[in-house]
Amino acid sequence: MSKPKLATASLAGCFGCHMAILDIDDRILQLVDLIDFNKSPVTDIKTFTERCTVGLIEGGCCNEENVHNLYDFRKNCDILISLGDCATMGGIPALRNTIPLKECTDEAYLNGPSVYNPTGKMPDDPELPLLLNKVFPCHEVVKMDYHLPGCPPSADTIWAALTALLTNEEVNLPYELIKYD
Amino acid sequence: MGNKKITIEPVTRVEGHGKVTILLDEENKVKQARLHIVEFRGFERFIQGRPYWEVPVAVQRLCGICPVSHHLAAAKAMDYVIGAEKLTPTAEKVRRLMHYGQTFQSHALHFFHLCSPDILFGFDADPAIRNVVGVIKEHPDLAVQGVMMRKYGQEVIKITSGKKIHGTGAIPGGVNKSLNIEERDFLLKDIDQMITWSEGALKIAKDYTVDNLEMLAPFGSFDSNHLSLIREDGAMDLYHGNIRCIDKDGKKLMEQVNYQNYLEHIVEEVRPWSYMKFPFMKNMGTEDGWYRVGPLARVNACDFIDTPLAEAARKEFMAVTDGKPNNITMAYHWARMIETLHSAEKMKELLNDPDIMGDDLMVKGEFRGEGVGLIEAPRGTLFHHYKVNENDEVTMCNLIVSTTHNNVAMNTAVTKIAEEYISGVPEVTEGLLNRVEVGIRAYDPCLSCATHAMGKMPLKIKIVGADGATVDEKATF
Repeated sequence: MSKPKLATASLAGCFGCHMAILDIDDRILQLVDLIDFNKSPVTDIKTFTERCTVGLIEGGCCNEENVHNLYDFRKNCDILISLGDCATMGGIPALRNTIPLKECTDEAYLNGPSVYNPTGKMPDDPELPLLLNKVFPCHEVVKMDYHLPGCPPSADTIWAALTALLTNEEVNLPYELIKYD
Repeated sequence: MGNKKITIEPVTRVEGHGKVTILLDEENKVKQARLHIVEFRGFERFIQGRPYWEVPVAVQRLCGICPVSHHLAAAKAMDYVIGAEKLTPTAEKVRRLMHYGQTFQSHALHFFHLCSPDILFGFDADPAIRNVVGVIKEHPDLAVQGVMMRKYGQEVIKITSGKKIHGTGAIPGGVNKSLNIEERDFLLKDIDQMITWSEGALKIAKDYTVDNLEMLAPFGSFDSNHLSLIREDGAMDLYHGNIRCIDKDGKKLMEQVNYQNYLEHIVEEVRPWSYMKFPFMKNMGTEDGWYRVGPLARVNACDFIDTPLAEAARKEFMAVTDGKPNNITMAYHWARMIETLHSAEKMKELLNDPDIMGDDLMVKGEFRGEGVGLIEAPRGTLFHHYKVNENDEVTMCNLIVSTTHNNVAMNTAVTKIAEEYISGVPEVTEGLLNRVEVGIRAYDPCLSCATHAMGKMPLKIKIVGADGATVDEKATF
């Protein structure tokens, strides 16, 4: 039987949840026996090549690219997991949700003390993804199957959830692995 | 018309979101190659109004790979804001230990998990195996070393800040804990092994560079200025110092500049095709004033390293270019491993210093309301600048992160490699495109760090189920 496939994505996150995945340390040797990685920033697989059993999503959605990426993961993964506080509820990036967007762009590209912008032109190249006016948690964009809280969730939390799902066990996290920080 | 566009999207085995576009003319010659940074956050604006003591914990959420760098740069700025920048020996040493642990884990992660596949399997290897899993399968001993080195750095961070990622150790004016004897002994037990493994990793990076020098020397390389913090005696210092900038020949362009005055010297240009700005030295202008930061710049800029093994390695490194600054992009890997060894030596020094177990953690001072904090993050010089009002609220925040300083450099490397390997070839293979990414990876960019702003787009969000059917719809405004 072929191994289950695992895909991961970092959307509007900081990569800390991906670092928490790597904090499983030497258990990664077991993980690669258990699964094959597919699309993920840690591989060079840039588009899905196979249907995946589990997709881990770090970060919420702050731009159109995040949204399309998340649609793509929903389409290609049986189980989608919101990994960490940003995916689950927007997290720190969602602090911008109370502030008008123009104030933020002006701060970064016009008013900041070290800005040099003689023409006053803002970044607007078609290659740059347009931004959403708010940061959305993943479950407001697609259906998410599980949420693992924490900033980031600990490696033990991720390991417990992942190994349960990949071996068809019930995900039953003990109290000490559920942390909201 | 007739232009063709090649897009590499996303750039992989780097932190964060970026893409490369390469425009070709009718003869498949490269007309333009660009690295676009496509992420946006808004920290500079949304941190305004927050209490200053919250900032070191909040802003590290810019980056989960090097949160300690943001944590400490913000704490250093806030030390200055509250007039308490002369820390107790215990506080400074615990912070330093945290920082060397961070540099150690981040460099190990970059070398073993992200870049070693290019070095071990070659730029043209099958992308299906050209990743950390391939390294685990083909070179298990090496992979385990990398994993255990990163783990050690993470343990140091956990012990000094309470958590492996996004801890809380540094507070304005000091730290909130020091080490107890059990924690100290736990870390001391493995430090010699870490030094030995660092020497092994350094040898891999050095041999790779020296053995392939003919191919690597021109690979995405160019002359540039190099900027770094430097200790007062000219030693490499990753935690604190003044700014030095040298040109391609080693001539000093900035020397021992107090970073509280950085605005007199450095500005950032806005260009419409990237959300990441382009810093340069004011007095030299956009064309000549840009510089590189990070391991290569630091090894080039310092006069010496104050730990013996890393200093011996630095001398070997400088000998390759006859003592002149090394301008080879791929030499970043070698320089990074010199710093890894230096960090391990520094950690040993600190772990043997009884001050890290002291209990004098905090100092107080006279409130200033403004402060700048700089630190040499794993990827280069990191600038944090804040103003705070009488209600303890942040009123201004300016961040220039390490990767931003390397923006021109990375784009120059991308252009060089595209012109060398992609211009005029009849078929652009995956391996050729990977070379562009290899050039970017040398800089170990942290792209989510480097973006703080956002645009606006009214978008209707469709909530889609696993079967592709629309579950719900909502407008975003």
